Amino acid sequence: MNPSLLPLGELSRALERGEARPSAVLEECLSRTARLDGKVHAFLRLTEDQARAAAKAADERRARKAPLSPIDGVPVGLKDLFCQAGVETTAGSRILKGYHPPYDATVVRKLREAGAVLVGKLNMDEFAMGSSTENSAYGPTRNPWDLERTPGGSSGGSAAAVAARFVPGTLGTDTGGSIRQPAALVGCVGIKPTYGRVSRYGVVAFASSLDQVGPFAQDVRGVALLLRAIAGRDPNDQTSSLRPVPDYDAELEKPVRGLTIGVPKEYFGEGLDPAVEKSIRAGVAALEREGCTVRPISLPNSPHAIATYYLVATAEASSNLARYDGIRYGYRAQARGSLLELYEKTRAAGFGAEVKRRILLGTYALSAGYYDAYYLRAQKVRALIRRDFDQAFAAGVDAVVSPTSPWAAFRLGEKVDDPLAMYLNDIYTVPVNLAGLPGISVPSGFTQAGLPIGMQLVGRPFEEGTLLRLARAAERALALPHRLPPLLERA
Amino acid sequence: MAIDRNTVRHVARLARLALTEEEEERTAAQLGHVLEYIERLKAVDIEGIEPLSFAGDASEAETVMRDDEVRPGLPRDKVLGEAPEQDGSAFVVPRILE
Repeated sequence: MNPSLLPLGELSRALERGEARPSAVLEECLSRTARLDGKVHAFLRLTEDQARAAAKAADERRARKAPLSPIDGVPVGLKDLFCQAGVETTAGSRILKGYHPPYDATVVRKLREAGAVLVGKLNMDEFAMGSSTENSAYGPTRNPWDLERTPGGSSGGSAAAVAARFVPGTLGTDTGGSIRQPAALVGCVGIKPTYGRVSRYGVVAFASSLDQVGPFAQDVRGVALLLRAIAGRDPNDQTSSLRPVPDYDAELEKPVRGLTIGVPKEYFGEGLDPAVEKSIRAGVAALEREGCTVRPISLPNSPHAIATYYLVATAEASSNLARYDGIRYGYRAQARGSLLELYEKTRAAGFGAEVKRRILLGTYALSAGYYDAYYLRAQKVRALIRRDFDQAFAAGVDAVVSPTSPWAAFRLGEKVDDPLAMYLNDIYTVPVNLAGLPGISVPSGFTQAGLPIGMQLVGRPFEEGTLLRLARAAERALALPHRLPPLLERA
Repeated sequence: MAIDRNTVRHVARLARLALTEEEEERTAAQLGHVLEYIERLKAVDIEGIEPLSFAGDASEAETVMRDDEVRPGLPRDKVLGEAPEQDGSAFVVPRILE
């Protein structure tokens, strides 16, 4: 097979064996992107010259059998939320149009140090606020499986680029499901690590107690290799953990026999598409065949997660986004009067509707007279949501399994005018961020219409290795037929 | 839960966001709708529960001290170069003192 179509984990092996050359793989990726991204709109911009130079250096290292890491020479795309020195970084917003960060995010530096070939910046919902990529100031991204549908969000460009085989791997961020949900909707693997596993330095902030960086790839091994490259302590992020980073690749083929999977009854209720439920039940059965014990559990506070999230996340966002004032970087409105007028006009013109909505909700929840009733109460419910998971793990559950999203990819425009309906996309993913736990989405099948479905696995803190092992077992046991999006088959 | 236009105007001022009349009206309706959904949290028994503001790895052992050393910051010209208006040594803002 054309190496540029291989899942990242397999491409890594092909590069290792000398069966593929980084520059050749990059050219294939760039030409596929040039041919098809007009339809998908995954990339906001490409950094072709830098990528070609990086690939050439990787060619030389690979030829000498002296790679920097297993991802040396692998093309990788970045959500436009990661600061990359000298490369425009907009966070999908007008307010950062033309912003060229003077430094690299830690994860960007780490990818470079591992030899990854950085190909460009990917579309997203503005400031990562959304579940469909329709909130991008630069137009929506389309799902490679059906161009009338969304790839999910907020990391929709990162997911679509992997599904369309523009690049074997990408990075995204996940505050309430923004890696796992798009991974599910485009049929690839995406992992949100434990809070603190990956540095957030140089990542444009949305909700700092929830945001976490993670990778996308076609295969479980691919995300394992990328996660290994980006994880670890960073002196520039005080919330990053000191725990050593395991060799996730070495975990993958270990047996899952004896592990216990908890199936929460609250995640299989009203609103779940029957086709999605059927696929997840088949995924659970596959893990059972691999030797896992399956046990029903209850996470009784999960029905409160969306309400809790939309208070905690918007409160943090209203504070984080105060920095966009038209003074130090980004857009500035014309204002002849006071500084206050400059701020108000700059922010009015620079932010899109959903971002304004969330800033206003967060400001309201934190404002005098409402703090106890909303923000403080939400933090207490957050503690209860975390306690539900802690109790399941204490009772011997190794991972909680559920659908990633209640439905497959929906049509562009279908939910964009109803904020609450859009928020309910994240019903199964949001509790995981509130609890700070690692979660992965792995493909479990397709709907009759041929749209991908994803299964979510949630683990104990810092047990990404166990999750990847389970996801790999599901991948192996389900052995989904190799399918390319129709977009690629026609091409 | 209904929110009136005056509340929206007050919150928008706190958030430094200028809203048009049409935006004020739409925001009042949409925030009201979302807050109505959020009201469900009032039914949760939170008696005696400590708030969780951060779900990280915040054990004592993870609190790290470092030496307070002078280190280079970002290059001034590059940082100032991103500003909408600057004079080579500082950001330029509208006059705030008469």
